[in-house]
Amino acid sequence: MFKVLERLLHDKIATEDITFSGSERFRGKIQGQCPESALAACEKACPVGAFHKNGIDYRRCLFCGRCVEACAKAAGAEAGIVHSAEEAMPYLLEKAQEVTADIIRQKLGRSLHARHLDAGSCNACDFEMGAMSNPIYDLHRYGVHFDASPRHADMLVVTGVVTRNLEQALKMSYEALPEPKLVMACGACAAGGSTYGESYAIVGAADKVVPVDIYVPGCPPRPSAMIAGLLAAADILAEKL
Amino acid sequence: MENIKEIKVADLRAEAAALSEGGKHPLSAMFGRDETALGKGYAIYVVFEIPEEKRMQILKTALPADGDLRYESLTPILPAAAWYEREIQDMFGLVPAGHPDPRPLVLHETFPKDFHPLRKRASKVDSPRAKAGEESEIRMSVAHGEGIYEVPVGPIHAGIIEPGHFRFSQAGESMLQLDAKLFFTHRGLEKVMEGKTPQEALPVVERICGACSIANTWSFCQAIEKIAGVTIPKRAQIIRTLLMEIERITNHIGDCGNIPAGVGFAPAISLGGRTKEMMMRLQERLAGNRFLRGVIIPGGVAMDIDAGLQQDIRETLLKAEKNMADLAKMFAEQENFQNRINTTGIVRHQTAVDLAMVGVGARASSFAHDSRRDFDYGCYPALEFAVVTQKSGDVAARLAVRIEEFRESLRMVSQLLDMLAVDETALGVEITKAAGEDWGISESARGSNFHYVALDSDGRIDRIFVRSASYPNWPALPIAVQGDIIPDFPLINKSFELCYACLDR
Repeated sequence: MFKVLERLLHDKIATEDITFSGSERFRGKIQGQCPESALAACEKACPVGAFHKNGIDYRRCLFCGRCVEACAKAAGAEAGIVHSAEEAMPYLLEKAQEVTADIIRQKLGRSLHARHLDAGSCNACDFEMGAMSNPIYDLHRYGVHFDASPRHADMLVVTGVVTRNLEQALKMSYEALPEPKLVMACGACAAGGSTYGESYAIVGAADKVVPVDIYVPGCPPRPSAMIAGLLAAADILAEKL
Repeated sequence: MENIKEIKVADLRAEAAALSEGGKHPLSAMFGRDETALGKGYAIYVVFEIPEEKRMQILKTALPADGDLRYESLTPILPAAAWYEREIQDMFGLVPAGHPDPRPLVLHETFPKDFHPLRKRASKVDSPRAKAGEESEIRMSVAHGEGIYEVPVGPIHAGIIEPGHFRFSQAGESMLQLDAKLFFTHRGLEKVMEGKTPQEALPVVERICGACSIANTWSFCQAIEKIAGVTIPKRAQIIRTLLMEIERITNHIGDCGNIPAGVGFAPAISLGGRTKEMMMRLQERLAGNRFLRGVIIPGGVAMDIDAGLQQDIRETLLKAEKNMADLAKMFAEQENFQNRINTTGIVRHQTAVDLAMVGVGARASSFAHDSRRDFDYGCYPALEFAVVTQKSGDVAARLAVRIEEFRESLRMVSQLLDMLAVDETALGVEITKAAGEDWGISESARGSNFHYVALDSDGRIDRIFVRSASYPNWPALPIAVQGDIIPDFPLINKSFELCYACLDR
């Protein structure tokens, strides 16, 4: 009992403001221009077909660094692309593009109830989702809660590529949500569906099975990116209500 | 590949029984391979560990593709073979005659009964569906009797966890029997990787399981390097071993913070969560990814750990050590917590041996199974460390093993950092294209992680089999819960911390 009391009295508040910058090596959003000469090499190096000469499909991107590496190899000193560690949260896609610090501030006190559904993930997204409840991120301060049943939730948060063995569970969970309802595809598997390529056991991205309102890129997205996604969802829900 | 013995199908059971020596040599893995393209049939590999000689012994037998696809099941003499044989039946259509529980394991109801995806004939992407009304039924095993009732749970659970279906047969509050239906997150990754070069397959290997990416990539790269016949530089070995121990520390801290969540012990959950976040951030600083993805590559490592990062590791772990010491003290002082974890979820020593359990689960039942000691790989032969065991086999034992192992890992990290500071070898070697087959092993946070890889003449993957630590430990969970009360299930489940993603693949 003494140790519990000692830590309770001595520990300072651990909760931090949400920041989107990463550490030096963090492989975040890709910045810069890839020279013409290296385009083919970069496109070939991408394991999930996310790299196109017109830009990067962040729904699929694994942030593995292979295009940056291939660019450096093919173009040498001309290589123009790098992973940014500054803007470590790759922006949210679709309706939630404009998530800024201002919006996050407005969200305090807003209420959103979410239900998580692992549709075939590698568990990295799920661990990060669990981390949102730790004292550092303290998701509850934004009024966001994870529910035990889809019947109590406003939103379904899908992680993982939808597998054949979970397709029915995803459909049934979606149907169980009361209206108005939202779906968030969290991470490269649920958002892009190409992490592993095609397989007899994979149906694909979440939007192949249920309508998706919001996409959070990353493999896995950092907890701060997930929180931004959830807050953006609270905004969309407010519009729907 | 060394130590492989080809035998007739009729001799399989006798040979396996002789090799096992009553569990002295644990069954490490069992898998099939379609060799019809090589003019042969369907092969079955049975892999035994010979710890006293630090090696594997492999039995290989083949069934003709156009002949009788039945073989005598090993399960009646080796209970550890039960799930492997069911998986081979799903994947290749080879039938283990005399298997006590021949239900489908991996492929659920919507797949046609005669669909065997790992046969070369089966397309990589076609996803056939059973005709309406012809779906197979995976009947859950339940107890019957007056007053017995069933509690179905999952596949979607109340918390943020992975999917599995549990069917409890209850006698009042006591769990009389538990049957688990798993493999919901089966993504067909072994088939997906066929035809890829090791370099192309690597992003998939890293994503078999989030929490064990170092263990999976290390086992995989070891197999590739053995086939290519290369030895990687010492610095690469040190960094791999170092990252493996850091991955173990992160997982053990996470588990020590998660087990109290099974009883709602909030201050401990909070301290564990904070400490784990500290480790996740360290991992991001080391690898650029919070799950250490992108470091291990065939031939070595992609990133160095320079003096600055070495110092960072030392400082972060010093803080983690203090927090874990306090956490352990909180556990010890809290009587009602001790009440819940002692004598709860017991796995007896003989059960652990019979099921060829691995890792924390085995060691908590005084079955000292540890690949770091049983095989020569990485820097482990040069490191000083103890294999931690406990006798009681309950939740308390599995928690105690983790706390003690955390300290052992700190000792190892300290030795490895000393080695790294004076080492000046390269980060890796070039891997030349090679054909052949071999295996790799590593001790993940959950236990031994085994990969088998066969490369064809183009250097592309012809067959890969992944047996993570959770595979042999899953069947122990339904046994451990028997007789305990159902509110203790989350606690028992958390104390095993079995992974679904790397089991299901």
